[in-house]
Amino acid sequence: MTSAARLRYRRVVNGAMFGATGACTVAIAGVLLFILFYLFVNGARRIDLAFFTELPTPVGEPGGGMANAIVGSAKILALATVIGVPVGFLGGVYLAEYGSRGFAFAVRYTTDLLNGVPSIVIGIFAYTLIVLKAKHFSTLAGGVALGIMMIPIAVRSTEEFLRAVPSGLREGALALGTPKWRMLATVVVPAAKDGIITGIMLNLARVAGETAPLLFTSFSNRFWSPGLDQPTASLPVMIYTYAVSPYDDWHRQAWAAGFVLLLFILLINLGARVILRRRVAGGGRS
Amino acid sequence: MTAAPATVVPEGLFGPGVEEKVRVAALNFFYGKAQALHGVSLRIPTNHVTAFIGPSGCGKSTFLRTLNRMCETVKDTRVEGEVLLDGEDIFDLDVTSLRRRVGMVFQKSNPFPKSIFENVAYGLRVNGGLTRAEVAEHVERSLVRAALWDEVKHKLHHSAYSLSGGQQQRLCIARALAVDPEVLLLDEPCSALDPIATAKIEELLLGLAESCTIVIVTHNMQQAARVSDYTGFFLLGRLVEFDRTERIFQNPAKKETEDYVTGRFG
Repeated sequence: MTSAARLRYRRVVNGAMFGATGACTVAIAGVLLFILFYLFVNGARRIDLAFFTELPTPVGEPGGGMANAIVGSAKILALATVIGVPVGFLGGVYLAEYGSRGFAFAVRYTTDLLNGVPSIVIGIFAYTLIVLKAKHFSTLAGGVALGIMMIPIAVRSTEEFLRAVPSGLREGALALGTPKWRMLATVVVPAAKDGIITGIMLNLARVAGETAPLLFTSFSNRFWSPGLDQPTASLPVMIYTYAVSPYDDWHRQAWAAGFVLLLFILLINLGARVILRRRVAGGGRS
Repeated sequence: MTAAPATVVPEGLFGPGVEEKVRVAALNFFYGKAQALHGVSLRIPTNHVTAFIGPSGCGKSTFLRTLNRMCETVKDTRVEGEVLLDGEDIFDLDVTSLRRRVGMVFQKSNPFPKSIFENVAYGLRVNGGLTRAEVAEHVERSLVRAALWDEVKHKLHHSAYSLSGGQQQRLCIARALAVDPEVLLLDEPCSALDPIATAKIEELLLGLAESCTIVIVTHNMQQAARVSDYTGFFLLGRLVEFDRTERIFQNPAKKETEDYVTGRFG
């Protein structure tokens, strides 16, 4: 090959690679934009105040909303956070700061496996553990299922952000005669705080859309579900129920619920990014 | 490996009225199987500045970190021999109370991501037992001792990261001084600082030595000559020579020391 031909060849390859990576990038952004657009077109029209404040109406009766499902989802997610975050956080602290090499490796491996367990299997676990014992579906069972799903990511994100804290800060505190637990609680964890909170928010966004484990834990409910001990409606299950129904109005409501759920997840993601950016801009030092 | 530990500090070296603060005897240190210190023995005088010099990797920082047992934060290490602080074996002391008596300043300044005030107050709060007014008083006194008070008194509640590099290092010194340590260890405290900031810290050390035993590790020989009363020279994990600073720099007993301080090393 002459050098001119080689140069041409290189340019062609360069152009082809640039085109391929660019096309895939557009496809990635395109999928999300397409989903957003589709949900908006089909769902936004059905969203009104009643959607957020009223109970579902019987088939054929127009109007009504998904207030019970929105509250139900909020309760399940709150419960999941209360269950999953403390366990995941303390486990992450252990792995980053205390664990011996071999044991920490084993725990990390287990955590990754738990993260890979299909959500429906986690659902069966919560079903066996709580629903079968209590002999009825409940908010509690749904919260436990999603809480378990939050644990692995909470462990790993806590561990990563703690490890990113410069070792000089640990030494500085220890050299002042600070006991290790106090050094962790007053220097290391506060230094990693923003990152850990961001991890929790992304974690929450990830489980917010889970449907499978809720189908046979929190089940569904046409009415309000006070307390934690009764079946409850939730947005993902409502979307499922309404989408497979034969009624046009229910289809529209399913789109609307999907739109609200996606908006909620986008907001959490956005919030997480704001916190992380503040951390970078606020003088986190390497 | 088998060289007998030499008694490098002759009795009577310190002169009248100078007392011994730290006594180190036959100290060996291992990182895994690699031996980093070989039979180090010496005595460090009370309320003076003692400097340790030597090329990179000679063990001087490792030696310093055994004096407050910071070496124990590294996994898979082992110490042999004896370190006495006022006659007490430091390996018998509770490690947190030892570190309150023997403070440390690191090569890279490491202020906590807190306000200037909270950085200095940190050790006091860990110790507990002080009222708010007493904490504030200690913080001010420590910042004054670290020659930083005038520069920060109007912005005590700003982030410590708003300070310059030299100020951050003096803040770390103030933080260490706040708990009134008997000994202050400094591990190349000026290596990241410009000459002006370095001069400020050197001046500060000379003043501190009136009330505190200062041990400084430096790879800057001029610095050792300027600030210290006694100097030790480390080479390949051994303490080659320990003497009055002017003797080390003007009339060293060992050939290696002379080669190093005159720049003929290598």
